[in-house]
Amino acid sequence: MTPPDITVPPASGGASVPQAEARLASLLTTNRGDRVYRVLLTGLALALPLLLVTILLELYTSARPSLARFGWAFLWTSVWDPVAEIYGAAPMIFGTLVSSLLALLIAVPLALGVAIFLTEFAPRPLRRPVAFVIELLAAVPSVVYGFWGLFVLIPFLRQVVVPPLKAVLGWTPFIEGVFYGNSMLAGGIILAIMIVPYIAAVSREVLLAVPSAQREAAVGLGATRWEAVWTAVLPYGRAGVFGAIMLGLGRALGETMAVTMVIGNRHDISLSVLQPGYTMAAALANEFSEATTDLYLSALFEVGLILFVLTVVVNALARLLVWRVARGAAIGSRAL
Amino acid sequence: MRPSTGRILTSVLATALAAAPLAAQVRLNGAGATFPNIIYQNWMLTYNQQFDNVELNYQSIGSGGGIRQFSDNTVDFGATDAPMTDSAVAAIKGNAHHIPTVLGAVVPTYNLPGSRGAIRFTPALLADIFLGRLTRWDDPRLAAANPGVALPSLDVLVVHRSDGSGTSFVWTDYLSKVSPEWARKVGRGTSVNWPTGLGGRGNEGVAATVRQTPGAIGYVELGYAEQTGMPAGQVQNRAGTYVTPNVQTVTAAAAGAMTAMQPSTDFRVSITDPPGADAYPVASFTWLLVRRQYPDAAKARELVKFIWWALTEGQAQAPKLGYAPLPKTMLPWIQATLATVTAAGHPVWTGPKPR
Repeated sequence: MTPPDITVPPASGGASVPQAEARLASLLTTNRGDRVYRVLLTGLALALPLLLVTILLELYTSARPSLARFGWAFLWTSVWDPVAEIYGAAPMIFGTLVSSLLALLIAVPLALGVAIFLTEFAPRPLRRPVAFVIELLAAVPSVVYGFWGLFVLIPFLRQVVVPPLKAVLGWTPFIEGVFYGNSMLAGGIILAIMIVPYIAAVSREVLLAVPSAQREAAVGLGATRWEAVWTAVLPYGRAGVFGAIMLGLGRALGETMAVTMVIGNRHDISLSVLQPGYTMAAALANEFSEATTDLYLSALFEVGLILFVLTVVVNALARLLVWRVARGAAIGSRAL
Repeated sequence: MRPSTGRILTSVLATALAAAPLAAQVRLNGAGATFPNIIYQNWMLTYNQQFDNVELNYQSIGSGGGIRQFSDNTVDFGATDAPMTDSAVAAIKGNAHHIPTVLGAVVPTYNLPGSRGAIRFTPALLADIFLGRLTRWDDPRLAAANPGVALPSLDVLVVHRSDGSGTSFVWTDYLSKVSPEWARKVGRGTSVNWPTGLGGRGNEGVAATVRQTPGAIGYVELGYAEQTGMPAGQVQNRAGTYVTPNVQTVTAAAAGAMTAMQPSTDFRVSITDPPGADAYPVASFTWLLVRRQYPDAAKARELVKFIWWALTEGQAQAPKLGYAPLPKTMLPWIQATLATVTAAGHPVWTGPKPR
């Protein structure tokens, strides 16, 4: 935990900084109202981590029969057979990671482009309305994205995007096989569209917070505006931008409805993005209500547990990365 | 003069008391299958207009959830599309009756550009298609079942439900009965390990994928196919006839299945692939789960009364909502079962005397 950031104005009656801090500390402990307030806030602050721990415990206890039955093999076996009661989550873990990665590949350039355009290049009257419309995208319910994907995106992919894609890249293992529409590609694109507003909105705020001195200095040294963005503005805000991307990733990992409607829901691992896949969140949404046997239910809880752990691990790794690349120098690194 | 607050309160109270029914209210909560939700809600609404002393509540949370809540005693009755397994019944010490309410059917639907009229399927063809062994629409075996129909040279794409559902249960139950290989490799269940194909979420998910993909074949509920105008294939039944799925042929399936049942049956039976010349073979009951013994006599009496009403007067609503009514010959059997429901050791049956 970082110490409370208390700045004391230097000209406050000539008292030195340590003295002022001591005074403040004694105020905090002597005033009854402050004490109550402090206890209240501490309680509220602890409630969330506590909730997280409770969820983890609940998931773990419910997943125990499955953990005992399948052990670690649950993570790398691919058979999901509710009739024979054999469960393996590898295709779902794979699908969750690949669809989110695909979404990031598409969404990050798009969202950063939007954010840079809106802060650096767009004509002033255009900035607010465009930003508003993009943020509006985040308010669309995911089932609407799902239906849009099913009825607009998939036919579009089938008729316009995939034929040339196959003609050019058909020899790679990533664009292989017959394309039926519902696929990892469709899932990735839907996810990308859903996370663009998050990444764009937060990145835009971060870039807005970059001091203009940064830009002016770069331009003064003879940089073009483009070079100024790449050499002075983006590096300054990199931690914040990274945080924005993590926010998008978090959403992509857990998205359920839109994905299940377009991804094909097949328990299979295929390198080709044209083939159907599955994600953990989608499987949970699909199978939870009709899971009749205890082991089945327990296996689904274990999938939930894995999703939980995966999300925490991915976020932790991302945070580590941010700390490494931006040792407190950049905007937003405090917040991370 | 302004009326005093006390006056206003008194008058409000008086109105509220006058509006409340004098008869004791009985609250019955149920939960379960989504498939019969529309007709259950309809029944409860109509029933309430006649008998306002009962408050009926049904939540369509899925068959699995229904069985779980029924077994945990959190609801007064459950509902399911797939009967409880023997071990599940044993887990609650056999304290459950399965009461069939209406019939549903599952139909093969497909997207074959240029084809007119219903495509005919034999049981073996359906099994091979869903096993991934029959992969072309111009396969000679399909042509043999469909003389005079120009079948396109397209790849077959199988579309199945991705969410656990009673529809999948009925479909896989049928395939298990007609194909030993299916029974061995896949089996029956609300969700199974599909050998091939794409998963669509819900009837609408399957229908959307089928509609958009030339050469696709999937399965949806009969009512859904009728409402949306999806093509429905004819399926060959045990008697060898190709039967168009509709409300009459589905009721005929139940009537056909009854010939192999005892009057004392526990109704927890599959009626797919039944005998009968005009029986559509992919049909099933949907059940209400009722306890054999209830702690609360008033609740038990009202519940049994409501169910009996649904099975007699309520049946008339079924066809227009896309469900097939039970065959009339089955009613005495169900009546006998309902008459055995007890509360505190006494039967709660108030309807006509079972013969």
